[in-house]
Amino acid sequence: MNRERGNIFLAGVGGQGIILASEVLCDAFLLAGYDVKKSEVHGMAQRGGAVTTHVRYGKKVFSPLIEPGKADLIVAFEKMEALRFLHYLCPEGAVLANAQEIMPPPVTAGKERYPDRVAERLREATPRVWMVDALAAALSLHEVRAVNVVMLGAASTLLPLPEERYAEALHARLPEKIVEVNLRAFRAGRALVPPAVV
Amino acid sequence: MTLPAKNTIVLLSGNEAIARGAFEAGVTVASAYPGTPSTEILENFARYEGIYAEWAPNEKVAVEVALGASMAGARALAVMKHVGVNVAADPIFTASYTGVRGGFVIVAADAPELHSSQNEQDSRHYAVAAKIPMLEPSDSGEAKEFMRLAFGLSERFDTPFFLRSTTRISHAKGTVRLEDPERPPIALGFVRDPGKWVMLPAYARKRHRVVEERMRALEEFAETFEGNRIEWGDRSLGIVTAGVSYQYVREVFPDASVLKLGLAHPLPRRLLREFADGVKRLVVVEELDPHIENHIRVLGIPVEGKEKVPILGELDPRIVRRSLTGEAAPVRPAEELPARPPSLCPGCPHRGLFFVLNKFKATVTGDIGCSTLAALPPLGGMDTCVCMGASIGNAFGMEKALGKAALGKVVAVIGDSTFVHSGITGLIDMVYNRGFSTVIILDNRTTAMTGAQDHPATGLTLMGKPSPRLNLAALCRAVGVEHVYTVNPHDMEQTEAVLRRELFREEPSVVITDAPCVLLPEHRRKQRPVYEVMADLCTGCRACSKLGCPAIEWVHFTPEQAAAAGKKPSQKGMARINPLLCDGCNQCPPLCKFLAIVEKGS
Repeated sequence: MNRERGNIFLAGVGGQGIILASEVLCDAFLLAGYDVKKSEVHGMAQRGGAVTTHVRYGKKVFSPLIEPGKADLIVAFEKMEALRFLHYLCPEGAVLANAQEIMPPPVTAGKERYPDRVAERLREATPRVWMVDALAAALSLHEVRAVNVVMLGAASTLLPLPEERYAEALHARLPEKIVEVNLRAFRAGRALVPPAVV
Repeated sequence: MTLPAKNTIVLLSGNEAIARGAFEAGVTVASAYPGTPSTEILENFARYEGIYAEWAPNEKVAVEVALGASMAGARALAVMKHVGVNVAADPIFTASYTGVRGGFVIVAADAPELHSSQNEQDSRHYAVAAKIPMLEPSDSGEAKEFMRLAFGLSERFDTPFFLRSTTRISHAKGTVRLEDPERPPIALGFVRDPGKWVMLPAYARKRHRVVEERMRALEEFAETFEGNRIEWGDRSLGIVTAGVSYQYVREVFPDASVLKLGLAHPLPRRLLREFADGVKRLVVVEELDPHIENHIRVLGIPVEGKEKVPILGELDPRIVRRSLTGEAAPVRPAEELPARPPSLCPGCPHRGLFFVLNKFKATVTGDIGCSTLAALPPLGGMDTCVCMGASIGNAFGMEKALGKAALGKVVAVIGDSTFVHSGITGLIDMVYNRGFSTVIILDNRTTAMTGAQDHPATGLTLMGKPSPRLNLAALCRAVGVEHVYTVNPHDMEQTEAVLRRELFREEPSVVITDAPCVLLPEHRRKQRPVYEVMADLCTGCRACSKLGCPAIEWVHFTPEQAAAAGKKPSQKGMARINPLLCDGCNQCPPLCKFLAIVEKGS
């Protein structure tokens, strides 16, 4: 991704830890000397609903919101949410999506179906799609709550910062006793995106 | 909280920055009631050393406490969401007359787009109506600076100050330069001065004159205030803007001339005129109501505004571009997908109550909080929701309109924190005026929707100190309700029996559901079972799906799949419990006639 400036759009489901992941992401960019802005919503929207966070970095950032059609990278913590916010992606943009499926209320109620061919539909929009299984990676570390940091690790391979910035940010942001497992989750995430594409 | 070194640059949300600004300004007393998007301001302020911060039962009390602290010479802060200003309006309008001793700032956080609110009101009208100046920052850095300034200005002009935030200020992060806290110049101690503090008509008449003189002085101040500034650029387009809209304008029109207003009230007449005279086309870009635009029109200056820029919802760079130029780059149409609305959490005690309540087919007057989510399908268990505490008055009003026909047909449902905020007076009215409605208080021991804040009935303060726990049952009895019963909402059989008795009682009654919010740490730490559906026993009757629990998923079958699973070909699918989501609340197993839902591994 662009070293000068960029727009990262994070999407997922309330309770997946997207806000924490975005905090670490912003801290990492700040540590690397960028101006950073981010925006999200709290409150009612968080109760299992679709959650989004806008992260923008550059020399000087004005708007805290990403304009539709201008996101360089969409990081979807849940597969369908990548599709829901695809209209934010810029023409050359990339999508990183967690293959995990979380059924929304109309689907659990049997009123609607979970969409099929999600990966294919994403690829019809852009050739730069990475589908990763962050839940499996987190479960292999016996820490289901680390899905967010696995995704952050995977996203980091597509971003212009060295790994150490994220490690510094994780150390600064997290309680001591969970830093180690999260560093492992971060590295597990990095391993999910093949180095050839970076 | 460990203080970062002076002049460190950190990334803070607007709410964190507002808290930091209050701390740097030397605020020692702060009071608030939680409400999105303002909640984190006091949560963050409470972490600083040497200050006092509290959750008040409601915003009116918060303003009265902060004003009292100001009377005693302390710098004081009251914080609320936009609708909280309505609750606090009574003391606010008269605090405008009394003025202050220690600097006094009221933060009002508006919610354009209603991400988590019941209306989209614009707090700037309050500044005009109450004759109180209002600052409006455009990012975190400015939020901190304006807060730091506001207390000194409050003392200088002897007036409370508003600081207005919006969702995209409060919940957006940006860089902030930290500074050391200052020592406020005013000595502590109340100084007797009835003409200033006792708002009897004779004194208040004189204070009104002071208010008008003060507003004139503030209008002069606005002309030179550094937060109001012209950024000259291409003079063919001049944009007047404020708040987060300024950021969108700078993003989309980097070359335009911009008048950025940091003071939303009063507005600088001469500066507006100077700017208007210097540009060819004058446009106002502001969220919600045409506050700045109307002021410019009153000055007789031709201006474009709300005929171009939407009055509904929040703005973003794309909307600003389209509004002013009529064009915006095409984006791919949004995909048609199943909606993902917010819902009650798996294991939420409210779900059990509303599931049972649905059986009575009563009219349910609802209230503000997580319980409002029960209005959504499949529960659809709520018929009205207006404002904090309205459920009880609404139910009683219906009862009075319908007479005896309302017996067993109208019930009010309100959360514990909301009841303490504004429900008690409604209950007193019902008892005093001889009603018979039933009020259900959902006591989940926290203010859940805003992220689990303590309140008077939790027995813990904002600063983490134990305090006497307000006894809701005893309180209801004390106001004259003879029939007060506590139930476990996860035990739906017991809950139904109690409701059946109380709904049809010809006297007022209160039913308190007593079960903790699943987000509370004490609940999360508990060992909880996980339930599963025995696939061979599930007949696909969907009795469990009616709970609307996010953990219960529906698996569709084709006739072939049904046959392969050993089911009747007519069976359309079966239920499955997501073990990652199940909270072990035990609400669903009793709903299954086929005993297909069992504890995992049993």
